[in-house]
Amino acid sequence: MDIHEHQAKDILAKFGVPVPRGGLAYSPEQAAYQAREIGLPVVIKAQIHSGGRGEAGGVKFCRTDEEVREFAANILGRQLVTKQSGPAGKGVYRLWVEAATDIAQEVYLGFVLDRKSERIMIVASAAGGMEIEDLAENDPDSLVRMIVDPATGLCDFEARELAFRLGLTGNQIGQMVNTLRACYRAYRDLDATMVEINPLAITGSGDLVALDAKMSFDTNAMFRRPEVAALRDLSQEDPREAMAAGSGLSYIGLDGDIGCIINGAGLAMATMDMIKLAGAEPANFLDIGGGASAERVVTAFRTVLTDPNVSVILVNIFAGINRCDWIAAGVVQAYKEVGMTIPVVVRLAGTNVEEGRRILETADVPIITAGTLAEAAEAAVKARPNAAAA
Amino acid sequence: MAILITPETKIIVQGISGRIGQFHAQEMIETGTNVVGGVTPGRGGTTVLGKPVFNTVREAVEATGADASLMFVPPPVAADAMMEAADAGIRVAVSVADGIPAQDMMKVKRFLRRYKADRKMRLIGPNCAGVISPGIGFMGIMPPHIYMPGRVGIVGRSGTLGYEAASQMKALGIGVSTSVGIGGDPINGSSFRDILELFENDPDTDAVMMIGEIGGPQEAEAAEYIRDHMTKPVAAYIAGLSAPKGRKMGHAGAIISAFGESAQEKVVILQEAGIKVAPNPSSMGATVAEILGKKAAA
Repeated sequence: MDIHEHQAKDILAKFGVPVPRGGLAYSPEQAAYQAREIGLPVVIKAQIHSGGRGEAGGVKFCRTDEEVREFAANILGRQLVTKQSGPAGKGVYRLWVEAATDIAQEVYLGFVLDRKSERIMIVASAAGGMEIEDLAENDPDSLVRMIVDPATGLCDFEARELAFRLGLTGNQIGQMVNTLRACYRAYRDLDATMVEINPLAITGSGDLVALDAKMSFDTNAMFRRPEVAALRDLSQEDPREAMAAGSGLSYIGLDGDIGCIINGAGLAMATMDMIKLAGAEPANFLDIGGGASAERVVTAFRTVLTDPNVSVILVNIFAGINRCDWIAAGVVQAYKEVGMTIPVVVRLAGTNVEEGRRILETADVPIITAGTLAEAAEAAVKARPNAAAA
Repeated sequence: MAILITPETKIIVQGISGRIGQFHAQEMIETGTNVVGGVTPGRGGTTVLGKPVFNTVREAVEATGADASLMFVPPPVAADAMMEAADAGIRVAVSVADGIPAQDMMKVKRFLRRYKADRKMRLIGPNCAGVISPGIGFMGIMPPHIYMPGRVGIVGRSGTLGYEAASQMKALGIGVSTSVGIGGDPINGSSFRDILELFENDPDTDAVMMIGEIGGPQEAEAAEYIRDHMTKPVAAYIAGLSAPKGRKMGHAGAIISAFGESAQEKVVILQEAGIKVAPNPSSMGATVAEILGKKAAA
């Protein structure tokens, strides 16, 4: 789960990370008010769940009240498309107005879960300001990595060592130690999966301050972090994915035209691969999960059909904890309730498969059945109305 | 003899009184799995499916001599159940729970290091389908009838894709020694490498089918192990060729976030280590047949 920059700064500041003075605005008037309170010049930053905002025109340095109002009026309510946001972009509904900082140097600081050591890893670079992917590609030698032992947490000497390796001096060492320890505690205490400060600026007077901040959280731990769960902003999420998640489905919208309803994440990915090999593209990833009822199958159909590009639906179930007869009943029910106008291909295997097949055969619905994964993918690709033309 | 579950394995079910626990325990008993009891705190002294229920894993181990545990414990308390089992002397534990916080698993992995090798618990999962040694027994949620007893090991992250492989193999007359689901989470109890090592040392396994997916370093680590230490042939398949970068594909761990984590990159890493990679998920069985044929000819 992602949160906004201003929320991340708020959290990190409470743990002791230095951040510039700032305020939130939902309207040009509020932006002007915040700018007056903070004192011009200010930086105004569109709050969306995506990086690359600067390049996309979502961040502006403003010297005057007019500039503040004009930029705010212009950007609020707009979809901001960045290189990370996807083609639809993300809606801008709030702005963060912040005191402008005199920047002498930019440092990169990130905390992630390192899957190799299965521990929290700190990644830092004295050449901050650019994305970590670009840093890793263009200046890999600048990256300093440190793995934290969960038994002790981050020790002062480790933090000091890291600060010196980044070339920091004087007061910056103590400030960096505090910042590192604060980020580590925020990560650990709030079940984060990522904390990133980029850039962590060194100001003209030599002090450290976090100019941007990003945090992501472990959705599996939100049951014990209600204060973090409350920061969720549905306006930044794909409404179909959010709807599906509410019904126990895992759905991710993609660009193709073959709608997929599958059980198990691995089988879902494999079926998508099979569709690609058969010469088409999947419209979505969808895992109906274990123990799926007929109702959940119907919801899956409705979810997939919200995508107007879908021209055929492929259902592929290998039932273990699921039951083919329930799935088949769900498919038949969906076909009738949803008013299906596009072809449906179904492949069933595993628990109660005979019963499932019989339900499909005896029901009065024109479902195309397939015996194997390969047959199912090929049948779906062929069943597309535009298949002959393609 | 198979790995992890042998005819001597005595299994308890943690969470046996729950609806799901009971359902799967019943199926395990019906297919001849050696279930000796269950654990549900507060239900000690009762019986479920004719098996004694205990309040703690320690009591269950003392009374039944159990050495393996299958856990049907919800994600928020799953880590605690794992540590309880390890502390009570359980040697093989399977957790099917999907949704355990990553930091809980960090804690469990550290906890397991308390014990010396001769009594350390091997954890399979979480977020996995479990382990089956066809003809001997199973601990998990898989449909046991799709597996034919035989001499090929299966290890994979995905449960359903493991079923797919087993049924493709069965259609070609190839049986399974043991099939192990290591689960789809970013931090898991046993890695591909851990399970491959067990298969390499198992006299009743001739070859292994390994089913990986996008995300994480474990397939690359396995490739290195296979190249340097394995004498038995290994076939592989990697799911997620069409998965976009940076999106979580169902499994918490199925996300491309670093170099070498895409399906394409993993396929190349495996091929460079001399491993036969199935070109598509429909040819997993055929690829296993191929490596078995090669072995016979060699």
